[in-house]
Amino acid sequence: MTDTATAPASPRTGWKALDLDTRLLGMIGAFIVIAVAFDIASGGRFITPRNLFNLTIQTASVAIMATGMVFIIVTRHIDLSVGSVLATCSAVMAMTQTAIMPDMLGFGLGHPLTPWVAIAFGIVAGAVIGGFHGYLVGYLAIPAFIVTLGGLLVWRNVAWYLTNGQTIGPLDPTFQKFGGINGTLGVTGSWILGLAAAAVAIWALWGARRSKIAHDFPVKPVWAEVAVMAIVTGGILGFVALLNAYQVPSRVLQRRFDAQGLTMPEGYTEGYGVPISIVLLIAVAIVMTVIAGRTRFGRYIFATGGNPDAAELSGIDTKMLTVKIFALMGVLCAISAVVASARLTNHSNDIGILDELRVIAAAVIGGTALKGGIGTIHGAIIGALIMQSLQSGMAMVGVDAPLQNIVVGSVLVLAVWIDIIYRKRTGARD
Amino acid sequence: MATPLVELENISIAFGGVRAVDDVSLNLHAGEVVGLLGHNGAGKSTLIKILSGAYARDSGTIRIDGQEAEIRSPADARRYNIETIYQTLALADNLDAPANLFLGRELTNRFGLVDDARMEAETRRIMARLNPNFKKINEPVSALSGGQRQSVAIARAVYFNARILIMDEPTAALGVHETKMVADLIQELKAQGLGIFLISHDTREMMDLCDRVSVMKNGKMVGTERVEDVTEDDILSMIILGKNPKAAA
Repeated sequence: MTDTATAPASPRTGWKALDLDTRLLGMIGAFIVIAVAFDIASGGRFITPRNLFNLTIQTASVAIMATGMVFIIVTRHIDLSVGSVLATCSAVMAMTQTAIMPDMLGFGLGHPLTPWVAIAFGIVAGAVIGGFHGYLVGYLAIPAFIVTLGGLLVWRNVAWYLTNGQTIGPLDPTFQKFGGINGTLGVTGSWILGLAAAAVAIWALWGARRSKIAHDFPVKPVWAEVAVMAIVTGGILGFVALLNAYQVPSRVLQRRFDAQGLTMPEGYTEGYGVPISIVLLIAVAIVMTVIAGRTRFGRYIFATGGNPDAAELSGIDTKMLTVKIFALMGVLCAISAVVASARLTNHSNDIGILDELRVIAAAVIGGTALKGGIGTIHGAIIGALIMQSLQSGMAMVGVDAPLQNIVVGSVLVLAVWIDIIYRKRTGARD
Repeated sequence: MATPLVELENISIAFGGVRAVDDVSLNLHAGEVVGLLGHNGAGKSTLIKILSGAYARDSGTIRIDGQEAEIRSPADARRYNIETIYQTLALADNLDAPANLFLGRELTNRFGLVDDARMEAETRRIMARLNPNFKKINEPVSALSGGQRQSVAIARAVYFNARILIMDEPTAALGVHETKMVADLIQELKAQGLGIFLISHDTREMMDLCDRVSVMKNGKMVGTERVEDVTEDDILSMIILGKNPKAAA
C-alpha cells in the first residue's frame, strides 16, 4: 500500500505512434473503394466535383438523423419512426410558412421571420413527439420497437391528415437555402470556414496533448502529432477545394446577373462551395460528438447501454435519460426535415418514406452495435455516406432499381458480419 | 455505548405476495464489520438493497447517526456516504476504469464537460494504493479479470470516502490471492472507522472477518451474535434450522 503512481506505459513507436482509429480507416477505405469502382464503371463520372457535391447534399438528411440513432441504439433501443416524424415536422414547417404565419398570425407572405418561426415550430414538434416516445419507453416500459412501430404509422398519417395529402410549396426562399444547391457559402466563405475548422482542429489536438502532459500521461511523439494534424488539415481543406471546384453553370449565373439588371463579365465563373446543409451536418456532428464524449449526458448514455442496472445503481435516472434521448432524436428529425424539404423546395406527402431503414442502416454500418454500449457519431455519418454512394453510384451506372435495393440490403448484412469478425479479431477492445 | 452508525428498525418489504424482508432490525457501529448469512432467498441482499436505495422499503425506519434517514434511491444513499459493492459488480463493461469509478459523479471542468484526464489521474492514484498491479486503465472493464474488476468496484467505494460500506459477496469471483487482498482491505477500512456490512456464503470467512454475524431465513432475522460467542456449527444450525441455539439456552 504505497502512494507511488504506476509508471506510464512506454510510448509506441513507428506506425502505431500515430494511434489511428483502424475502424475509421476501414470505413474510409470502403468508401474510397466504392468511389473508385463506380468511377471506373461509369467512365469517370463518379469522382467529379459535381457528383461528390450532389452526394454530400443527398447524404445530409439521413446523416443528421443517424447521429441521433447512434444514441438510441447505444441505449439498446430502436427508433422506427424517424421517417414519419420527419414528415410530420416537415408538414408543420410547411404549414407554418403557408398558413400559420401569413394568415393565422397575419404576417402576410414573405415575412422575413417566417422561415425561422417555421424551423422553431418544427423543432418543438420534433422534441415533443420524441419526448413522448421516450416517456412511453422509459416510464411506461413499453418496448421502443413497439412504440416507434406505432409511431411509424401514426406520424406518417398525422402529416397526411394535417396537409390533406397535398404537396405544399414552394417554400420560403430563405428556408430553401438549407436544402443544398440553393444555399452554399461560395468560394471565399468556404475557404474561411475550412481554415477556421482546421485551426480549431489543431487547437483541440494540441489542447488534448497538453492536458495529457499535465497529468504525466504518455503522449504521441511530436512528429506523429504533427502528422495527424497535417492529415486532418489536409482532409478539411481538400474537402473545401472539392466543393469549390464545382462550378455554378453559366446560365444560372447569367440569370442571377440579369435579375439584378447587371451584365455578366466575360469569362466570369463561380464555384458553389460548401452547402449550408453540410455546414448544418458538421455542426450537428460536432455537437453530438461533444455530447457523446465530453458530457455527463453522453457518459450516461453509454453507461446505460453497457449495463442498465449498473447505471441505475450508480444513481442515474435512466427513465429521464430515455426521454431526453428520444427528444433529441425528434429534434434531429426536425433538422433533417428542414434539409429534406428545402432540398425538394416543397413538402410532399411521401417525404422521408423508408428513411428509418436508411438511418438505422447508416448507424449500424458505421459500427453501432445493436446489443448496446458501442457506437460513434463519425461512424454513423460515414455509414450514411457509404449507403448513399452505393445508391447513387448504382443509379449512375444504370443498375435496375430492384437490383439496387437488393445490393444495399445485402451490403447492410455483410457490413455487420465484417464488423463482428473485426470485433472478434481485436478482442474486446471498442 | 455510542450511537450506532446505522440502525435498521422493523424493516419490511414484499414483492407480490412474498415478504422478502419481514420485520427485520439490525444495527452497525463505526469500525465494525457485521456479516449477513443465510440461504439464497433468505432476504440478505434485499435487506442490503433497501439500505443502498435500490429498493424502497414498505415499512420500517432507517437511522444514520441516530437521525432518521430518507433513503429511497441510490442517489439518496450516496448522500449519506453509503457505498455498495454489488455481487453482480455493477460496472458498465463497455467503459474503462475511470469512467466506471466516477459513474454518476463525474469530475467536470469549468465548462461543465467531463474531465477525463483528471479522472484518469485520480484513478491511477487510488489504484496504485489498492491494487498496484492494475495497469489496464484505458481498457473497457470487460477486458479485465474478475479481481481487477473487483478492484474497480472497491475503488469506487473507497474513493468517495464511504462511511458505510456494503459488500455483497465481494470474494465470490476471486482467486485465493485476490481474496486475501480483499480481506486485508476490509481490515484496513475497518481500522479507518468505516462500518461494513458483509454478505457471504462462506461461513469460515465470515467468522474471520466479522465482529458480529446475523443470520436470516425466509425473510426473518434468526439472530445476531458476536463471533467469539458462537461456533461455526452454531451458525450453520441457525442457517439451516432457522433457530438460535444461544437464545434457546
